[in-house]
Amino acid sequence: MNAVEVHGLHVRYDGVEALQGLDVSVPRGTALGIVGPNGSGKSTLLKAVAGLVPPSEGYVRVQGRPPRELPPGTIGYVPQVEDVDWRFPVSVRDVVAMGRYPRLGPFRPFSAHDRSAVARAIEALDLGKIADRHISELSGGQQQRAFVARAIAQEPLVLLLDEPTTGVDAATEESLLVLVRGLVADGLPVLMTTHDLDRAPEWFDRLIVVDRKILADGTPDAVLESGAYAGIREHTHTHGHHR
Amino acid sequence: MDGILAPFQYDFMQRAFVVALFVGALCSMMGTYVVLRKLSFIGDGLAHASFAGIAIAYLRGANFYAGAAVATIVTALGIGFVHRRGRVSLDTSIGVLFTGAFALGVFLMSRSPRATVDLQSFLFGSILGVSQYDVAMVVGLGLAVALAVGALWRPLLYTSFDPVVAQAAGIRAGFVDYALLVVIAVTIIVSLQAVGIVLVAALLVTPAAAAAQLTKRFVPMMLLSCAFGVFSTVGGLYASYELHASSGATIVLLATFLFFCALGVSAMRRPLRAP
Repeated sequence: MNAVEVHGLHVRYDGVEALQGLDVSVPRGTALGIVGPNGSGKSTLLKAVAGLVPPSEGYVRVQGRPPRELPPGTIGYVPQVEDVDWRFPVSVRDVVAMGRYPRLGPFRPFSAHDRSAVARAIEALDLGKIADRHISELSGGQQQRAFVARAIAQEPLVLLLDEPTTGVDAATEESLLVLVRGLVADGLPVLMTTHDLDRAPEWFDRLIVVDRKILADGTPDAVLESGAYAGIREHTHTHGHHR
Repeated sequence: MDGILAPFQYDFMQRAFVVALFVGALCSMMGTYVVLRKLSFIGDGLAHASFAGIAIAYLRGANFYAGAAVATIVTALGIGFVHRRGRVSLDTSIGVLFTGAFALGVFLMSRSPRATVDLQSFLFGSILGVSQYDVAMVVGLGLAVALAVGALWRPLLYTSFDPVVAQAAGIRAGFVDYALLVVIAVTIIVSLQAVGIVLVAALLVTPAAAAAQLTKRFVPMMLLSCAFGVFSTVGGLYASYELHASSGATIVLLATFLFFCALGVSAMRRPLRAP
């Protein structure tokens, strides 16, 4: 069974078809890169897998079930822009600990395992020194690491990352790369959108080019050589989304 | 001591202080969520909407709490539904529903010859007039609200901070939103006798807003908010007795005073920014 199975997926927003019939399947232990121009539906694909937007046609299955029917804690999601109130009274450690809430439910107290999952996530993203800081006191890269740490602490069965490397410093990008490859080696399926085509072979086992439909699907090297991304590469460079 | 304790020699004052204590703690606890989720307008809206139910209950001789509960909870769920399903912004749906319900209450009351005197007490509260039954309702419903917040603690915190990611992780954000609206509605009903329809929203906002000025952690914010809330209601009730003033108004003025003190302390702790 594939960890993520997307079949004939259409998503319609206010009468506009953001996705027009996608088929993707992602087995365990695979990092799938998703590239495409702005507005191509990359983020929508991740939201559909997360169960945040309903398919208008087709279906999404995660671990064989519709996303909204999964046990809490199955899907770890890090959106592109964290639309949170940065004055909200929580520290980095509080945010990471929230990752445990879905699995714990309302009443189960934090166990030794929960505490160690939080501690390991903080460690893995090098947040130890700033764990007790308020979230408004962080740099952009630190904020991104805090939200990735929350997703890791959740111990998800599927990880969805929406452009985690956009707007972060080089050191954060390197640590995210090492982290993702480590998680994938441990069997986690990862779906990640990016604008960074040049480094796709380092990040991903498989790459898809999306523009409302899937334009190319294969190993990163094969997709890059096929030229399916040529227009996107141009677009990306001229608009400065590249680092 | 006799002078300080003088108000407590009356049964009605003892009841009023118990109600003040509970209302202060409850409103300011819920206020933490109201302020962090930017729901101030909802508190005001639900309080006004309760008036339709109160008016109907009053004119038909039905139970005050039942009337207020039906009107407030129906409006709370209606606001949530219209907002989620109807492509209407939250403040617009509140604005439409609460003014409509409030107008219905005023319309019904205005057609009744015996209603004019009591109108005042509904709008501004009558904490000195609470009965043994009111005290039991306030304590009982207050404990129910506290239990509900305990049961929803983690999902409430997660969805208040980051509803989208919480939902992706499997937390039922829609259910939590509706549950919060109902709990806020019950809090308002419990508080109506003490401070009245017009002023209850202040207790849902001001103590928590003051607390937010002084701390950057959630639990300390809630505890500080409760301390400000209880100080405002109990202190305000005491001061109103001494000053022969409206208790609801005195309570809200004290809370407002605390807010400006907190704002001042917070401004002094922060280095001045260049303009």
